[in-house]
Amino acid sequence: MEDCLAKKMEITVSEAEKRTGRNAVNMQETYTAYLIETRAIESQSEGQCAPVDSLWRRYSEFELLRNYLSVTYPHIVVPPLPEKRADFVWHKLSADNMDPDFVERRRIGLENFLLRVASHPVLCQDKIFYSFLTQEGGWKEMVNETGFQLKADSRLKALNATFRVKNPDKRFTELKHYSDELQSVISHLLRVRARVADRLYGVYKVHGNYGRVFSEWSAIEKEMGDGLQSAGHHMDVYAASIDDILEEEEHYADQLKEYLFYAEALRAVCRKHELMQYDLEMAAQDLTSKKQQCEELATGTVRTFSLKGMTSKLFGQENPEQREAKIKVLEEQIQEGEEQLKSKNLEGRDFVKSAWADIERFKEQKNHDLKEALISYAVMQISMCKKGIQVWTNAKECFSKM
Amino acid sequence: MPHPLATSSSEEMGPALTPSPDLLLPRSIADKDLSLPNGTPVDTSSPASSSSLLNRLQLDDDLDGETRDLFVTVDDPKKHVCTMETYITYRVTTKTTRAEFDLPEYSVRRRYQDFDWLRNKLEESQPTHLIPPLPEKFVVKGVVDRFSEEFVETRRKALDKFLKRITDHPVLSFNEHFNVFLTAKDLNAYKKQGMALLSKMGESVKYVTGGYKLRSRPLEFAAIGEYLDTFSLKLGTIDRIAQRIIKEQLEYLVELREYGPVYSTWGGLEVELSEPLEGVSACIGNCCTALEELSEDMTEDFLPVLREYILYSESMKNVLKKRDQVQAEYEAKLEAVALKKEDRPKVPTDVEKCQDRVECFNADLKADMERWQNNKRQDFRQLLMGMADKNIQYYEKCLTAWESIIPLLQDKPETK
Repeated sequence: MEDCLAKKMEITVSEAEKRTGRNAVNMQETYTAYLIETRAIESQSEGQCAPVDSLWRRYSEFELLRNYLSVTYPHIVVPPLPEKRADFVWHKLSADNMDPDFVERRRIGLENFLLRVASHPVLCQDKIFYSFLTQEGGWKEMVNETGFQLKADSRLKALNATFRVKNPDKRFTELKHYSDELQSVISHLLRVRARVADRLYGVYKVHGNYGRVFSEWSAIEKEMGDGLQSAGHHMDVYAASIDDILEEEEHYADQLKEYLFYAEALRAVCRKHELMQYDLEMAAQDLTSKKQQCEELATGTVRTFSLKGMTSKLFGQENPEQREAKIKVLEEQIQEGEEQLKSKNLEGRDFVKSAWADIERFKEQKNHDLKEALISYAVMQISMCKKGIQVWTNAKECFSKM
Repeated sequence: MPHPLATSSSEEMGPALTPSPDLLLPRSIADKDLSLPNGTPVDTSSPASSSSLLNRLQLDDDLDGETRDLFVTVDDPKKHVCTMETYITYRVTTKTTRAEFDLPEYSVRRRYQDFDWLRNKLEESQPTHLIPPLPEKFVVKGVVDRFSEEFVETRRKALDKFLKRITDHPVLSFNEHFNVFLTAKDLNAYKKQGMALLSKMGESVKYVTGGYKLRSRPLEFAAIGEYLDTFSLKLGTIDRIAQRIIKEQLEYLVELREYGPVYSTWGGLEVELSEPLEGVSACIGNCCTALEELSEDMTEDFLPVLREYILYSESMKNVLKKRDQVQAEYEAKLEAVALKKEDRPKVPTDVEKCQDRVECFNADLKADMERWQNNKRQDFRQLLMGMADKNIQYYEKCLTAWESIIPLLQDKPETK
């Protein structure tokens, strides 16, 4: 971790700004741009403040960066971006992407993303990432020049396509299963949490009606009037307090969402392994069948049924020269195939090794982060309870003076 | 000089008015002169009978209980299953040093019907007083189980309150029917006897003075009427708000009940996070229990008392109307006399009696109103403080739950 960028450079996404521009088809569009500020850390110890560099990026550029990283480092659990569209909202929150609260939470999420990448021992060293942070113009072209889109395997995009893999690494199978379950349980949790927030909002707000009626009632009372009136005020305070409480809880939801999306990244690594294993097995199978073909041609025995074999029987055998030529081609292919198989095997083993190392790192990070999230959630609940006790104690005192 | 009785308006009350000698009662049991407009004899056996102005002015409410001599409790509900019907009886226990009671202690069983009968009797025999309300007879809302523990307990509390209010009343507590209610082993026999008497008298039981229309309600009673109107309106609003809160809380509870277990499911997937997640799940479960208790308490303790006071206001408005009737009758009769334009030395006795009735009614009503206002203030102070208390307790339970899992969440596996 001593080498990681996060230690050398301060990175913040400090502002968000609404912009209008023209898109690829020359139509006017509104989008939000985010200001990324960076500053070298080392010189601060000398008592000097290093200059701040800054540039603006929009969400789509972040997406491009992440796609590039996912394709270039398939064995890494790449940190996820904050959600594209507001999801799991409860009624008071807007699902509008331009809503200032959403934009603010997205700003925080984007900063978090950059910090995650900058603290990753492998990803932080990437040049494209560094340019993303420091080079305003021409970055997009630079990314496209890497040709990463060509490396991307379209098969990985089909989430549910199954490859019939005979011997996957059991750990990856289990891990994929775990990531599916994790996604499912966190989604469920977020959905119910949103409903819980909605209902809690309702409970608090209805209490505000007490404020009004106590005030009206106090008007016709003599000794009881003051107590009722001031108690009513506390009911108003109570009703208003829920807004801040739920606002804070959104941060907890965002922490959960990050790991919901992380589960997706985890799954992608497992899928990559499956794909590599599949290709390996296919290559091995192909090699075996070619070897068999070669043997059959050489010895003249047909062990397996093949249409070619049948047609040649029907329409006559090939002459010895043709057979020789075929055997030669096959032998070349077999040699190629064996080398490819060797390298694929090696690739596969390297992948498993490095992927598993990153997965272990990820597990520790996940356990740490989620524990912190649960603690902060408990702290939020404690604060809410204390506020509730305070308000009702105040109201009780007012009632006692009635 | 105008005759003092003829010119006295119901607004002027006080020691300046000298009641006629007939009205100052010794403790005579049979005084046929006094009867209510419908002919029902007025209870004159008590020292604080409703026609005794002087006595009333001297009488004070003992709120400190030092000179309390009558204690009544309602408890021990029991279900009775008979061929014709199933019903609940409550034990009514009386402890007293009053001479009006033969024994110092009584214990009888009464059902709702009996309380209802008592209330009707009190309304008939003490029409100038505010009679406390009973909990509603029929439960129409939803599918309420008349025999559920909660319903029976809520009713018991209301019936207990009803009898205690009567016990605390300086006039009502000496009522003959109340005495019988507390002491008779066979109340039904007494009830039948009462019905027989009435049918003999051939009078309608209801207190109706005949369609006299009051021109204008005196200011102080108009003020009371307006107060009661606004008061019951506001209570109605509070009742609706409280119901709405309970409804929202129960809907919140439904979601919480689904929320907690999801943490548990997640815990099942994890290794290191398993305990923390289970802890959060259990914590939410505890909050659910606390919330359930809060909603139950509000339903059983808060709402019924509100509704009781709404009923109270309604019956009080009726008493005000009766008072108006009595005054209207008096004014009409007085006018009739004045129209005769004869120089009479003495105002006819029945007009005098009407005036007495008006004055008595006004005095009783004012005294009761003041008593009611005080009790109302105490009752609502208690009720609202209780509501605040229940909410504080709910939050304290939740706070304890969350505070207790913080160490569990912070626990590092290496330290185990």
